[in-house]
Amino acid sequence: MPRNSQPKFQSPKFESWGRYPKLEADLVPLSWTTDFPLTQPPATKILPVGAGRSYGDVCLLGHGTLLQARGLDRFQHFDPQTGILRCEAGVTLAEILDFAVPRGFFLPVTPGTKYVTVGGAIANDIHGKNHHIAGTFGCHVLRFELVRSDGARFECSPSENSDWFSATVGGMGLTGLIAWAEIRLRPIVSRRIQYKGTKFVGIDEFVAISKANTHSEYTVAWMDSVATGNNFARGIFMQGDHNPQPEPLTRSKEPWLTLPLDLPEFALNHLSIGLFNTLYYNKQFSKEKTALVDYEPFFYPLDSILHWNRMYGKSGLLQFQCVLPWEENQQFGIINMMKAITASGLASFLTVIKVFGDAPSPGMLSFPMPGITLALDFPIRAELSFDLVDRLARITQEHGGRMYPAKDARMTADRFQSFYPQWQEFARYVDPAFDSAFWQRVTARG
Amino acid sequence: MASKRQQLPSRVLVLGATSAIANGVMRPLAEQGARFYLVARSPEKLKAVASDLETRGASAIFTCVMDLDDTASHEAMLAEAAEKLDTIDLALLAHGVLGDQERAQTDYATAEAILRTNFLSAVSLITWLANYFEATHQGTLAVISSVAGDRGRKSNYVYGTSKGALNIFLDGVRNRIDRSGVHVLTIKPGFVSTPMTAHLPQTGLFAHPAAVGRWILKAIEKRKDVAYVPPIWAVIMLIIRSIPNSIFKKLNL
Repeated sequence: MPRNSQPKFQSPKFESWGRYPKLEADLVPLSWTTDFPLTQPPATKILPVGAGRSYGDVCLLGHGTLLQARGLDRFQHFDPQTGILRCEAGVTLAEILDFAVPRGFFLPVTPGTKYVTVGGAIANDIHGKNHHIAGTFGCHVLRFELVRSDGARFECSPSENSDWFSATVGGMGLTGLIAWAEIRLRPIVSRRIQYKGTKFVGIDEFVAISKANTHSEYTVAWMDSVATGNNFARGIFMQGDHNPQPEPLTRSKEPWLTLPLDLPEFALNHLSIGLFNTLYYNKQFSKEKTALVDYEPFFYPLDSILHWNRMYGKSGLLQFQCVLPWEENQQFGIINMMKAITASGLASFLTVIKVFGDAPSPGMLSFPMPGITLALDFPIRAELSFDLVDRLARITQEHGGRMYPAKDARMTADRFQSFYPQWQEFARYVDPAFDSAFWQRVTARG
Repeated sequence: MASKRQQLPSRVLVLGATSAIANGVMRPLAEQGARFYLVARSPEKLKAVASDLETRGASAIFTCVMDLDDTASHEAMLAEAAEKLDTIDLALLAHGVLGDQERAQTDYATAEAILRTNFLSAVSLITWLANYFEATHQGTLAVISSVAGDRGRKSNYVYGTSKGALNIFLDGVRNRIDRSGVHVLTIKPGFVSTPMTAHLPQTGLFAHPAAVGRWILKAIEKRKDVAYVPPIWAVIMLIIRSIPNSIFKKLNL
């Protein structure tokens, strides 16, 4: 090797949690809310990125500059009377839980991982197991500060600069940098969740159980994507409520398990996923099971293994999440999707299905709407997985549904524009210096 | 062993309070209701840090905007800190610059500036603090140095020299005041993801400031003399120090 050959600072490749695609970009870390706008604006387009936990390319920008906002990790104010917390946008939900749980508060809405930032939660207007009661994360955001690349800063709330508020909630980081946000937490008296699991077979039974249990604060179901015949669309409906019995409120422990290496690509195949699904389904022996469980495994079953995405090998995974509106009598759309999956020979390792409620999302481009949402993940096996996801996208379109940008790497521009006809109105709010790989793809300019 | 442990400090002076590593130390202390006297250059950043610690539970926060290169104003500032905090339990020195090694190789003024900030200003602060602690027969003087002070390397030897000199100075101070019950801790972090290292490619060896803060608090509790954080750096530096010069001088480090 020749001496002093130091291509040290070449642009590295970045990937999101799904590890597909991998795109070259420069990185500018932000540590203070006053760091932006940059004193030396880069020659390329820019995009803020939080923890990089979305799956596809909403947080990526090829040949661009990523503003790493994770360093904006300070709390600004907390009112223990009202539960209102103001913090910088790079604070993660895990950091909020560490802070809030010992003080008797919990997140108003949480996704299946706590390692996302507040800025990312707003930009993707995330939802959780309580969507049928609480709506999206954006429903609990009282205000935030938006910083534009030209230096303009303004506070946005549902009543103040409300058009910017609506564009930025679910705006995928394209409207400017979210510097800080104020959110309302919900009170709790215990770390634990009263859990009930109910086995079901078939989409109709899932819908019936869901509709009978809307009083539970958290509901979600896991489904077997491999089983066929009499076991087709079998699963476990899970519901939970915060334990109303007061208990000492302690902080969570640090996770100690990490998946240190990429597993080989063959580790996840139809057979191993089928086996896992059968074991998981039969773990619960009886039709119904109740238990008092800690909130961590209830909300974040995978967070206890850091870097679980390495399970899918280097090439990563394709996520797919859609919501389909209600249909008369039967949920043909979901059934068609499940049939398409079993027919493809591919298997989704983790299939999650949930009924969304009718609380309107505050965001112009927010994903949730009343109906059924289905989330799937497939190990990337070249064209096979791409073809399957394209088929699922077509079924989504045929049934009047839409797909979730935060979990997408493949949506075509046509589909995005038909799923989100308000995209042109949204485009007026995009910061002229900002862009993302997702946005380039779905507006078909690049 | 348990008897050797000391309680976490509750009256804390932080010099260079906007440092990411210092924040990793301060946050858990704030959660336990500590009082702080914070010194930093930028009023906006200092305000952001103070609100963060206050929100996390700090019982009182006093701030002072100052460039620590200005050694003439150290004494008045330190006296005020001691007064506001009642007693100082922990003084954490966290200010410092990486500097421009390439420029310092040809420009003495650049080299001097690095030495002034990282070493001379620390000597001024430590001199006052060592006497203060010696007189009160208690307290921890914790100073953030660097693994770079263990051996000079061509990529950052001016920075390394400032930290190496600091290490020797602290050895001497510890030797002088240990018997009065004062704890002197030399902290040697490896790579930490902070604004100071933002320009470097972030390899797997980089640690998060929060984790580094927890290791430092552990070293304070255990009254360690020298703490490599994370501890793996004790092994790495042992290897680096034991490479003979005949080989070391040919390496590209």
